[in-house]
Amino acid sequence: MSDTVAYEEKKLKIIGTRPIRPDGVDKVTGRARYGADINLPGQLFGSVYRSPYPHAIIKSIDVSAALAIPGVKAAITGDDFEDMPSQFIPVGEMVVNFRDMTRNVIAREKALYDGHPIVAIAAISESIAKEALKHIKVDFEILPHVIDVVEAMKPGATLLHEEQYTLIERKRLGSEPTTESPPKEPSNIAKRLTWEKGDIENGFSKAHIIIEKEFNTKPVHQGYIEPHATVATCTEDGQVEVYTCSQGHFVIRSQCAKLLGIEVSKIKVIPTELGGGFGGKNNVYLEPLAIMLSKIVHRPVKMVMSRNEVFRATGPSPAGHVKVKIGCDKNGNIVAADAQIDMQSGAFPGSPLPQATITCFTRYDIENVRVIGHDVTTNRPKVAAYRAPGAPIAAFGVESVMDELAEKLSIDPLDLRIMNAAKEGTQTYYGVTFPQIGFLETLKRAKAHKNYNIPLEKNQGRGVATGFWMNIGNDTTSSLNVNDDGTIALTIGTIDVAGGSRSSLAMMVAEEFGIDSDKVRVTTGDTSQLGFNFVTAGSRGTFAGGIVAILAARKAIEECKIRAAKTWNVPLDEVVWEDGYARPASSNVGGFDPLSLADIAKNATKTGGPIAGHSEKNVQGAGPGFGTQIVDVEVDKETGSVKILRHTVIQDAGKAIHPAYVEGQYQGGAVQGIGWALNEEYIYGDDGKLQNTGFLDYRVPVASDVPFIDTDIVEVPNPYHPYGVRGIGEVPIIPPTAAIANAVYKATGIRFNSLPLSPPKVLAAITKK
Amino acid sequence: MKRVKKMQYESPKSIDDAISLISNSPGNVRLLAGGTDLLVQMQSQVADPDLVIDIKNIKEMKEFKKEDGVYTVGAAVTGMEIIEHEEFGSDWPGVVDGVKLIGSIQIKGRASMGGNLCNASPAADSIPAMIASGASAVIAGPNGRREVLVEDFIKGPGKTSLKSNEILLSVKFPIKKPNSSGAYLRFTPRTEMDIAVVGVGINVTMSDSGICEEAKVSIGAVAEKALVVEDAATALVGNKITDEIIENFISKVRASARPINDKRGTVDFRIQVIGVIAKRALKMALERIR
Ligand SMILES: Cc1cc2nc3c(=O)[nH]c(=O)nc-3n(C[C@H](O)[C@H](O)[C@H](O)COP(=O)(O)OP(=O)(O)OC[C@H]3O[C@@H](n4cnc5c(N)ncnc54)[C@H](O)[C@@H]3O)c2cc1C
Repeated sequence: MSDTVAYEEKKLKIIGTRPIRPDGVDKVTGRARYGADINLPGQLFGSVYRSPYPHAIIKSIDVSAALAIPGVKAAITGDDFEDMPSQFIPVGEMVVNFRDMTRNVIAREKALYDGHPIVAIAAISESIAKEALKHIKVDFEILPHVIDVVEAMKPGATLLHEEQYTLIERKRLGSEPTTESPPKEPSNIAKRLTWEKGDIENGFSKAHIIIEKEFNTKPVHQGYIEPHATVATCTEDGQVEVYTCSQGHFVIRSQCAKLLGIEVSKIKVIPTELGGGFGGKNNVYLEPLAIMLSKIVHRPVKMVMSRNEVFRATGPSPAGHVKVKIGCDKNGNIVAADAQIDMQSGAFPGSPLPQATITCFTRYDIENVRVIGHDVTTNRPKVAAYRAPGAPIAAFGVESVMDELAEKLSIDPLDLRIMNAAKEGTQTYYGVTFPQIGFLETLKRAKAHKNYNIPLEKNQGRGVATGFWMNIGNDTTSSLNVNDDGTIALTIGTIDVAGGSRSSLAMMVAEEFGIDSDKVRVTTGDTSQLGFNFVTAGSRGTFAGGIVAILAARKAIEECKIRAAKTWNVPLDEVVWEDGYARPASSNVGGFDPLSLADIAKNATKTGGPIAGHSEKNVQGAGPGFGTQIVDVEVDKETGSVKILRHTVIQDAGKAIHPAYVEGQYQGGAVQGIGWALNEEYIYGDDGKLQNTGFLDYRVPVASDVPFIDTDIVEVPNPYHPYGVRGIGEVPIIPPTAAIANAVYKATGIRFNSLPLSPPKVLAAITKK
Repeated sequence: MKRVKKMQYESPKSIDDAISLISNSPGNVRLLAGGTDLLVQMQSQVADPDLVIDIKNIKEMKEFKKEDGVYTVGAAVTGMEIIEHEEFGSDWPGVVDGVKLIGSIQIKGRASMGGNLCNASPAADSIPAMIASGASAVIAGPNGRREVLVEDFIKGPGKTSLKSNEILLSVKFPIKKPNSSGAYLRFTPRTEMDIAVVGVGINVTMSDSGICEEAKVSIGAVAEKALVVEDAATALVGNKITDEIIENFISKVRASARPINDKRGTVDFRIQVIGVIAKRALKMALERIR
């Protein structure tokens, strides 16, 4: 690859150590400023009237009674926003159509889900704003609704978008795909996407054994603890300032600019500390409403969602209906694999279908592959990315079928995967040929792991599953200044989504300079301070953020060498940088004492002025990530309750900059996967309203639900990162659902093809058996 | 023009002051103990009081005493105070089982058993245990005090036998019988921070020869309020607790449950599991007598 930064093997001092986290004290003492902690002088409070119906025509809206309440200053509806043409623009890990986005921010002709914003109010207090909502009158014409993805695909299903015709996209590796004519009738199927490699029928004809199964998964919410919050202020001369908690303030800026018709330079977005996002904070919800209200009232407007609003109106992951068919020869070599993935995208098209379809079988080297995907609109909130968007849904099916194949062939489930594992040089069905990857290493380490060999007792079972995520780079920016005492201020555009990337970047910069990492202070810049920086998604934060931080450091180091050369009056090529010092390249240069970074910084004024380095780059060369997980469960056969006894994550990090943060990502991903497997689900009533809009009935695991998650960090360096870093955030959520279902099968003899494995479902199956 | 109303807050020092505040307030009055139900309800706009009366500054509400073998637990005594009272715990372990399950340590630092009782949720964790222990509610009103058994105090979801000008003063426990003990168990999908899908409180008194002399069983979350299951108690009394007796006991518990299908569980699941939980609670109580 041309525009990449090469891996160099070298002795490391800082990288691989575990310094104390710089943002830790503020977070545990409550000083950290999250979205809702920001207040501006004179601010008003915004509140949103949301649709109580899953599907309804908005015939008229009357806000007069609300506006008559003393203290209520403004009310806006969809009419206050420009309508947008149907136009696809990449945002976050998904492609956004602004016609749809403007309607998702605030409804226009129809309400498309329970919780869809219809009116936004600004008032002098939160309680007045809430009271005002009760006086808004909307005349709805209630329409039939459709919640389930399979129902929504049926001919004759209630349509969300009367003008939606299925878009056909076909890809075939190595040759032209056959064409397929698009349906003539509108439907809820926004897109049909097909990937093909080899000859699927011929492949299955050579199979000794074929297993075909159907799977269902429920939408799950990212479950970030911090609700969406924003404060926006719009001045009389049209300058906009927005404080918001997001995974990418530059993307928020782009979306607001587009939706509100404001020049990018007039909007400044200031990121706050982020209380979790996991993909759910890549897109605007409140920001355009707060800006519009502020424009009208000439005061800052603060808006904070309640948990109820977060659940009803912000993106969960999609629900998936998945069919998987895999054929093997006698020895267990996979000869063909076929899948269909139907994904519910919510009220507007744009589920993570591309990601689900390309990650589906990619862990294995298979000659004949076909994956068909459908993107399906339903009366639910528009889905958002959620940690490895789409991949866990596909992997649940594939890894469950792999387990069944291993059983039928009497092969150890890890051995079956080892036999078929993708490796360096394997070409995927979507075209990419893998560079050096660490999948086989994770499988072999899993097989040898002590947790794979602990004897089990009655009602206990062990399951394994694997995960793959391609990882991404994209536009990334950073600016580094050497302070006059030789410490370093690094300003970055990549949001630390609470994983600790700020300190990982500090460690990489410190390693480059040869100084301690606590001499590097990392700040996230606002959008006026740096060039465009993509959202923290696709496991790119430490990888891409790291590369531009390293390049900025290298530029500053080069400048330090120039200053030393000036000081010593020698040519530049006679100065080297080593362990935090500029030194003469050899004894021939002269007997100069080495100059430390602090020495050079102190004299910077005399040698030409402040020393800095910056880097802006569309970062390439993200290293694919792979992992294997082993789960032991115990099933209470009288209640259907599944207890996770042991959970082991073995994953390739390329290089763990701060191993504790890598372990934290492995553990966090695994726990979210456990929630997805066991209890998390959206429960809708027959009326199409979401019933579990809080953490009491939407059950993410609590600490006592999970064991200590064991981790094993494999390090097969990414050839395109100076220290070998691969993204690691997403892979760990992919294997748990299948690993747990496979373990429950071993404990009960029952295969569960539908998530979650909640106690009523497990008990009913045990009782039936 | 409609003005957004302002809520008033009072913190009286005596029961009489509290009662006169209630009696003289024209609007919607709510009492505040730990606030772990009330504040959540106010936040989600389920409750919208004009006057909130904090009872934590009334001395009697915070009293926790044992006199002649009878415990009186003031209505505002917190969960953690109950859990940390060792003697109470050894006399009424089932009640402590129930209180322990309420929320987290932080929640229990504020939440009271009195609040749990007055909130009258069908899934409240301390209520079946209180009922099984034979506890009664001490009520104060303008005309003095009265006492009712906890099972009669609860009328339905969110409903108690308190009149609009009455307050719960305390919960009183009878003198504990020798050779008796109790337990409360619930089933929840999560291990903590969850709401009972079913709950069972039980108290049993055994003879020296291992015959059950007395039993009281109460089930929660399977009807509009916690129920007393007399049939299940009858199945035990007069018998040695054999496997066969336990099976009979389980079927009586299941027969008296009348749950609904909702997001927290199906009828079938609840009926199935309440039997299992009842059996486990019984065994736990018996274990504690030994
Ligand atoms: C995170 C969380 C977890 C929880 N988990 C559980 C659980 O696992 N199990 C469970 O059972 N509950 C649970 N609860 C509910 C709640 O904590 C309990 O019901 C608690 O016991 C209520 O006590 P309190 O003192 O906070 O009541 P408050 O909220 O102060 O009062 C509750 C109600 O009783 C009324 N009231 C209070 N005192 C009196 C009085 N003396 N006389 C008349 N009326 C009165 C109030 O007006 C209010 O209506 C949980 C709550 C939260 C927030």
